[in-house]
Amino acid sequence: MVYQRIKDNIEVLVDFATKREPGKQRSDYLNLLKHDLAMYYGYNTFLVEKLMDIFPMSELIDFLESNEVQRPVTIRTNTLKTRRRDLAQALINRGVNLDPLGKWSKVGLVIFDSSVPIGATPEYLAGHYMLQGASSFLPVMALAPQENEKVLDMSCAPGGKTSYIAQLMKNTGIILANDASAERLKSVVGNLHRLGVTNSVVCNYDGRQFPKVMGGFDRVLLDAPCSGTGVISKDPAVKTSKDEKDILRCAHLQKELIVSAIDSLDASSETGGYLVYCTCSIMVEENEWVVDYALKKRNVKLVQTGLDFGKEGFTRFKERRFHPSLKLTRRFYPHTHNMDGFFVAKFKKFSNTIPKMNTESENIPAEEEKTDLSEKASSVTSGENFKKDKNAVSTSSENQKKKISVKGKSMKNTARVKDIKSVSAKKKETKEKPKKGKLVKNKLKKFRMQKARSKAPQSAGTV
Amino acid sequence: MRPLTDEETKALFEKVSKYIGENIKLLVDRPDGVYCFRLHKDRVYYLSEKLLKLSTNISRDKLISVGTCFGKFTKTMKFRLHVTALDYLAPYAKYKVWVKPGAEQSFLYGNHVLKSGLGRITENTSQYQGVVVYSMADVPLGFGVAAKSTQDCRKLDPMAIVVFHQADIGEYLRSEDTLT
Repeated sequence: MVYQRIKDNIEVLVDFATKREPGKQRSDYLNLLKHDLAMYYGYNTFLVEKLMDIFPMSELIDFLESNEVQRPVTIRTNTLKTRRRDLAQALINRGVNLDPLGKWSKVGLVIFDSSVPIGATPEYLAGHYMLQGASSFLPVMALAPQENEKVLDMSCAPGGKTSYIAQLMKNTGIILANDASAERLKSVVGNLHRLGVTNSVVCNYDGRQFPKVMGGFDRVLLDAPCSGTGVISKDPAVKTSKDEKDILRCAHLQKELIVSAIDSLDASSETGGYLVYCTCSIMVEENEWVVDYALKKRNVKLVQTGLDFGKEGFTRFKERRFHPSLKLTRRFYPHTHNMDGFFVAKFKKFSNTIPKMNTESENIPAEEEKTDLSEKASSVTSGENFKKDKNAVSTSSENQKKKISVKGKSMKNTARVKDIKSVSAKKKETKEKPKKGKLVKNKLKKFRMQKARSKAPQSAGTV
Repeated sequence: MRPLTDEETKALFEKVSKYIGENIKLLVDRPDGVYCFRLHKDRVYYLSEKLLKLSTNISRDKLISVGTCFGKFTKTMKFRLHVTALDYLAPYAKYKVWVKPGAEQSFLYGNHVLKSGLGRITENTSQYQGVVVYSMADVPLGFGVAAKSTQDCRKLDPMAIVVFHQADIGEYLRSEDTLT
C-alpha cells in the first residue's frame, strides 16, 4: 500500500501543475513522500531528503531500488601475469560463467555464476586476477599512469587500485602505497605480492602528513574515505547510520586530504602533475564541494577524466554554485551504470606556488569547520559561495548562459538568475535563520522552480 | 632498514640456491638496473635501487614493505623463505614438480604432495633437493623439498609423500597477517 502511495505521489509530483489536488501544497506531497520512502526502504529521513535533492523524482525510485540488489561480481585481469583471454579460458574450465565487462575496459570480466568460490581458485591465488568492483577501475583509468613515473596512492587499502596502477606502469617507476590503517595494510601487502607488483613501497602514514613525508610525485590518486552512500547495496548500514554531522566530518577530512594531495604533486613534472580524486559517495558535500574548495585554494584546474561515460558533475546544487569546470567531473550511479555510486575528478596542477588567501575568504577554511561542524559553518560557507558566484556569474560572458539554454535547461537558468537577485537578502537570512526556517524556504523555492519548469517549454525561446 | 651482514647474506644465499642453484647471480646482476637485498624488521626485501632511495624518506616504524619480501630470519638466525619469493624462484628453478589437477587443491591447503598426485618431475632430482611445485598448466603453486629422488619415485606406493610442503600460494588467504 505504501508502495502504491509512493508511486502515486511521484506521478503527481512529476506533473504537478495538472495532477495536483487543489489546495494541497507541494511541500505536503514531498513530506508524505519522504516519510513513505524512508519507511519503505528503511532509510533515515535525513538521507532520503539528501537523495531527493540529488535525484529528480523519476530517478529516485530507480536509485533506491537498485540499492536493494547486489552489483555484479567483477574481476580485473592482472596483465603482469596473464592475458584476459587465457584467464577467461582457465576460469571457464573451472565452471565459471563470465563475460567481458564492457567496451570501456580491456581487463575487466563479469562473473555471472560460479561453481567454485571465485576468491579462492588457484588462478586467484597465483595472482592472475583481482576481485574488484567495476567502479574501482575508473579512477585508475582516469589517472592514466605512465611508465617510469613516481605515483602516490594516498589511501590504498586493499590494494586493488594500486595493483592496477602497477599493471598500467608495467612494474616500472615507483608507487608509494599509503594507508592510515595498519590493519588494512596487511591485505595490501598480501595483494601486491600475490599480484607480482615489485615497484611498490607500502607505508602507514596519515594522508594529511603527506607533503612533509615526501613530495614531488608525478601523479597522485586520492580515494578519499567517505560516507559510502554510493555503496549502500554493499553496506546497508549506511541507510540509517549517517546524519548531517557524519557527512560534514567526512567532507572536512576530504578537504584536508585533497590539499595535501595537491601539495605533494610536482607541477613541473614533464609527463604528469595530475591528481585524481574519487569517492564512493554521491553526496555533493563530499564531491563537488570538495573539488570546488580545492580549485579555490590551490593552483589546479580540472581536466577531462578520459572516461567517456558517466554523468557530469553538478555545477549548481540548491543554493550552492560551483566552478563551471565541474562539468568535467564524472558521477556514476548504480541505476544508470550498474556499478557502485562513484565520483571521479581529475586535476592538473599548473603551479607549485600556494596562492595567498585573501582576507575575505580566510574565515571559511578548515579550522572553523573542525570546531563547528554544524549548521553555522555550512551556512557561512554557502553564504560565501553566493557572494563569489554572484561576481563570477555577472562577470562571465553571455555565452555561458546561452549554452545552457540551448541544452534545454532554460528553467534552471531562470531559477539561477532569480537566485542571484535574491542573494543578498537570502545571505543574511541563512545566517540567522534556524534550520527549520531554511528548510521551508528551500521547499518554497523548489515549488517556485517547479512552476518555472512547467513553463519552461514555452519560455525556452525567449530566454 | 639496513644491508645484510655477511652471515645473513650467506644464510640467505644458501637457502635460495637450494631452489635456483647458480642462477642466483641473475638476481644480483640484472641488466635492467641495480637490485639489492635489505633487512627490515627481520624480513628480507629484494628491491631496486630506485625504491631504496625513495624508501629512505619513510621512517622505520611507518614502513610496512618495500619491493618483494623474500622471507624472514628466525630468532635462531635461520632464514625461512616465504611464498612471496615464488615470483623470483619459479622462473629460475632448476628442479620442478608438476601436480595433477586433482591434487592441486590439496597442495594449496598446505598438504604434502603424494605419489598419486604427482604429474611430472624433473629428471635426476636428488633426495632433499629444493623444488618448485607447478600445476599441469604451468602455474607456480609453491615450493618444497623432494622427499625421494626421481629414481625412487618410480617404485613408490601411491600414498607415499613425494614432496614435503614448505610454502604454497594458498597462504595468501590462510595467513595473510603473518605473510610479511
